[in-house]
Amino acid sequence: MIQLKQICRDFEVGDQQVHALDRVSLDIDRGEYVAIMGPSGSGKSTLLNIIGLLDRPSAGSYILDGENVTTLPDAVQSRIRRDKIGFVFQFFHLVPRLTAAENTELPLVLAGFPPAERRARVDHILEAVGLAERKDHKPDQLSGGQRQRVAIARATILEPAVILADEPTGNLDRASGREVLEVLEKLNRENITLIIVTHDPDIAGRTARQIHIVDGRIDRDIATRRVHEGG
Amino acid sequence: MRAADVLRFTAKALRGYSLRTALMLVAIAIGVAAVVILTSLGEGARRFVIGEFTSLGTHLLIVLPGRSETTGAAPPLLGQTPRDLTIDDALALTRIRTVRRIAPIAVGTAAVSFGRRDRDSIVVGSTSEFLTIRHLEVGQGRFLPPADPRRASPVAVIGAKIRQELFGPKKALGGWVRIGDRRFRVIGVLASEGRSIGIDLEEVVVIPVASALTLFNTASLFRILVEARAREVIPQARRSIIETIQARHEGEDDITVITQDAVLATFDRILRALTLTVAGIAAISLVVAGILIMNVMLVAVSQRTAEIGLLKALGAPAHTITVLFVTEAGVLSLAGALLGFMAGEAGSWIIGRAYPDFPVGSPWWAVVAALTVALVTGLVFSVLPARRAAQLDPVQALSRR
Ligand SMILES: Nc1ncnc2c1ncn2[C@@H]1O[C@H](COP(=O)(O)OP(=O)(O)OP(=O)(O)O)[C@@H](O)[C@H]1O
Ligand SMILES: [Mg+2]
Repeated sequence: MIQLKQICRDFEVGDQQVHALDRVSLDIDRGEYVAIMGPSGSGKSTLLNIIGLLDRPSAGSYILDGENVTTLPDAVQSRIRRDKIGFVFQFFHLVPRLTAAENTELPLVLAGFPPAERRARVDHILEAVGLAERKDHKPDQLSGGQRQRVAIARATILEPAVILADEPTGNLDRASGREVLEVLEKLNRENITLIIVTHDPDIAGRTARQIHIVDGRIDRDIATRRVHEGG
Repeated sequence: MRAADVLRFTAKALRGYSLRTALMLVAIAIGVAAVVILTSLGEGARRFVIGEFTSLGTHLLIVLPGRSETTGAAPPLLGQTPRDLTIDDALALTRIRTVRRIAPIAVGTAAVSFGRRDRDSIVVGSTSEFLTIRHLEVGQGRFLPPADPRRASPVAVIGAKIRQELFGPKKALGGWVRIGDRRFRVIGVLASEGRSIGIDLEEVVVIPVASALTLFNTASLFRILVEARAREVIPQARRSIIETIQARHEGEDDITVITQDAVLATFDRILRALTLTVAGIAAISLVVAGILIMNVMLVAVSQRTAEIGLLKALGAPAHTITVLFVTEAGVLSLAGALLGFMAGEAGSWIIGRAYPDFPVGSPWWAVVAALTVALVTGLVFSVLPARRAAQLDPVQALSRR
């Protein structure tokens, strides 16, 4: 589903070139559960941004669902992002003036869905992440874990093929981190591809595949037996 | 994104930053209100002056002694009076075919008294025709009777306020007032008609022109009012008047004839220019408001960097971001403009209430122009911030918390 071929991403800092990604090649199939690990500054976020079409590689090609998306114009990439990709961020990135329901609804609004359908979908998805009671709360009235679950609801409301989560539990305590992870894993069991950037070995231990990145290169790519909670 | 959703999103964003929104609304509203109020004042001044002149009658020519080089646009300020304009000159004008009627006028101030009460008053000497030419109305009694203008007679018609001050509750008609050192019998009181070109008719005393000349001890008239038979013959009448007087003054062209139209047109031009000028000055405040919009929108973009990055991550193309920010500025300037329009209209209304004689009311073109300028500046000045928002790098935008 996701095919990266010889992806490079260079940044110019002053007169110096930083190779954030150096000839990364990678295949990820639909429904996989992948952890991306590595030291700080190794290029994990950069890789995720390129997979999410938020950033363009300096070289190499990216094939998503059989289509070469590397050099598509911004408008087309936006549409693909909207339809196929869901983002979950370390800092949640909820719009502070909007309620949980309104934040969740945002992708539907941007995509031009009619209000009635939006309402039904939002109710359904907030129910699924266990926040039906909190739908009219503003982000500052929610706990960190609850905010991240709103963000997950928002990322999945358009039923994307892949969820990209950059340290989704990095800002949460252990208990709410676990809750959030369970919500994500439940989505993964419904055949959504789940790619998590994490520093936490416990989380990595739950995934079926761990990709270690060092200095912008894939250092190790380990497939393990998938461990399901209680499974 | 649906239009309704764009508006709703915008409205929420505006409400989310209410202080900023309120300040921008006030800035735009002040600009629009300034345009509306200033133009309505200018327009009021124009209508006021035109009204004053029209109340004089539109077929009117005014003959002044003395030659003015500025052809009839204004009364001569420095013009010498080489020869008197006499009652006989005035009577000569009645023989011109294009002239319907004339009223010679002598003006001065004198003490007017009745019993122990007295006051200074403007005394106008004229004839019975004065009533018709100046569209006056008599409240009580009658006006000066038709008579030979050369003959003095001790009768007076007084303004309503003079009557009130001198006679109080007593009967004025038939009473004898002293004007200067002479006695006049009151035969009529003018209706309280209001003002007409500079003279408050409630505070004048009208006596026969010959009596006035004697009273002021002069042979020269202040001016002669001439009513032409029709508007179209005014230029002919003007020529005939000049020729007639010239013949009587031994070939000396020593009078000035002002036509109503010329004066009116000049005032109209001047006051319109004045209105446009103040409107222009007020419009500058709208441009200032536009620059303020740009500033505040730029701040808004940097304040909402993360939000913009998020919208992009959620699949909003650059175009949608631009639309969102331009709409935000558009909604703001429209609301500000409407607010300013209402404030301006309210202001004009209050001014109109405070000065009922003054016909305030902003012309429609000023209102349309103010609203358009407000909206256009709002939109134009928001393009730059909106473009900046649209071009924001989502990765950078999201990497900040
Ligand atoms: N916009 C940028 N301009 C210049 N250099 C950048 C930029 N973004 C990332 N880099 C550099 O690229 C490298 C990889 O950055 P990246 O954010 O992908 O690291 P990371 O693995 O996500 O680190 P962390 O675990 O701290 O989040 C780093 O050296 C970083 O300094
Ligand atoms: Mg990172």
